[in-house]
Amino acid sequence: MKKAPILKGYTLFYLLFLYGPILLLPIFAFNDSKVVAFPLKGLTLNWFAEMAADQNLRTAAKNSLIIAFSVSSISTILGIFAARASVRYNFPGKAPIMGMIMLPLVLPEMIVAMALLVVLLSLGIQLSLFTVIVGQVLICTPFAVAILTSAFQSLDRSLEEASLDLGETAVSTFRLIVLPLVMPGIMASFLICFTISFDEFIIANFLGSGKPILSVYIFGQFRFPAKVPSMLALGTVLVLFSIILLGFAEYMRRRGIAKAGGKDSGGLL
Amino acid sequence: MAQPLGSEARAGLKLISPTAIYVILLLAVPLATVLIYSVLTGGRGNVSLPITIENYAELWTKAQYGYIMLKSLLVALTVTFITVMLAYPVAYFVSFHVKPERKSLWLFLITIPFWTSYIIRVSLWFVILGYGGIVDSALASIGLPPLNVASYSLLSIVIVLAHAYAPFAVLPIFVSLEKVDRSLLEAGQDLGESRWITFLRVTLPLSMPGVIAAALIVFIPTVGDYVTPELVGDGKEPMIANVIEIQLLKLQNFPQGSAFAVASMLMVGIVSVLFVLWNKRYIGGQK
Repeated sequence: MKKAPILKGYTLFYLLFLYGPILLLPIFAFNDSKVVAFPLKGLTLNWFAEMAADQNLRTAAKNSLIIAFSVSSISTILGIFAARASVRYNFPGKAPIMGMIMLPLVLPEMIVAMALLVVLLSLGIQLSLFTVIVGQVLICTPFAVAILTSAFQSLDRSLEEASLDLGETAVSTFRLIVLPLVMPGIMASFLICFTISFDEFIIANFLGSGKPILSVYIFGQFRFPAKVPSMLALGTVLVLFSIILLGFAEYMRRRGIAKAGGKDSGGLL
Repeated sequence: MAQPLGSEARAGLKLISPTAIYVILLLAVPLATVLIYSVLTGGRGNVSLPITIENYAELWTKAQYGYIMLKSLLVALTVTFITVMLAYPVAYFVSFHVKPERKSLWLFLITIPFWTSYIIRVSLWFVILGYGGIVDSALASIGLPPLNVASYSLLSIVIVLAHAYAPFAVLPIFVSLEKVDRSLLEAGQDLGESRWITFLRVTLPLSMPGVIAAALIVFIPTVGDYVTPELVGDGKEPMIANVIEIQLLKLQNFPQGSAFAVASMLMVGIVSVLFVLWNKRYIGGQK
């Protein structure tokens, strides 16, 4: 490897730019001042206490967990169907169907949310946590399909054939051979969808009709200066939470590739 | 279908049907509805016949709509340009100067911020750039006057979006740089070209597909971003998504809002197609 001190310096600077705002989170979450500004005043845990005591915040967090859990389960299941079908079979209309499934990746989220909202309003359907789940599944499924497609692709077809030759049925082959091998991919898909859903704002805001959901709640609270420090405490907790979740997802993804005997070819995306 | 489907085709269709039905009912049908609404007449909260092109005519004649679309386009293209320019050297460094076994660690480090709460990151910028915020108070403590960046709404929108979507740009560029055949670079240098010329004439053209993919990946979400103009720009500089919200939700003008949404999608589509066509030139040259 050739040394490139300027490039390396630049890259480190770039990482600092990326992480800068996030590094400010813990600094001001522990700062003993109502105003989020320099100079720092001293250490306090008050903001974490205020956060923990906030009843609305708890409701919002509970709702977000319900939504994220439902969305990641449904998206991963829908993703398994689509990824398995597209890797294993050829069928008429494959390209347009897969295109439609992946479309939300290249469509501004606002358009997806508004199109769905217009239909729901026209049909007179009451907005609720359920409508948020329905909408977010559209956003998360393409990510699930992308992750699961690479999981199914690295699967050795001859293992399945061997199992069928030895007298297992298609269903039991799937359960005994395919599922265990793609399990890490399924876990990674579940975790990624969970993170996306937990963080998602547009659909939560417009299809949730003001129901307390974490991202919507945070967005609202930042408008009140007095609430900002406790939101920074919450942010610190959330960032830690998602780094742990992502580290776990990345570990699962790598284990999956190693298990299937493939070669690691990049990150999560 | 004239001919009966083979067993493989039937198995495939059966397997994909749950996902396909879900997206057809909940994505294709709503998008089609918006398309139909955009050519209907209507007032507050309802739509009716006859079919009309009035909604589109209004978009064309009223300057404010054109201004919003042009502004969103310019903001998104500026953000895209900045993001890609900043990301290229990073992708180049990771691809050419990092040991193979360390590459995924670097990529992981670059992607983490993208996965941490978007809403927290954008809101943080609101606190960082805002009046008496972190930047200004830090400047004041070393005796400098405040910059008050937040009062320049468009500038702060560009900064925040460029930060929010930065990691999007690194990955596609990295992937295309990884594909560059290293022996071509040696050949260039053996033939007496300097490293800089080799980069300009070999590496850069070969990595252009990644650069254009990166541009596309950044452009689409930024042009449709809702949160940043609303929060950081304080709603003073609405972009496409904010206007769609106002038309459809606040004014409940379904036909006009739908027409605006369709026109915006068309604009995004045209720009994306231009990117893709530009990309074709480089992909064609590679073979």
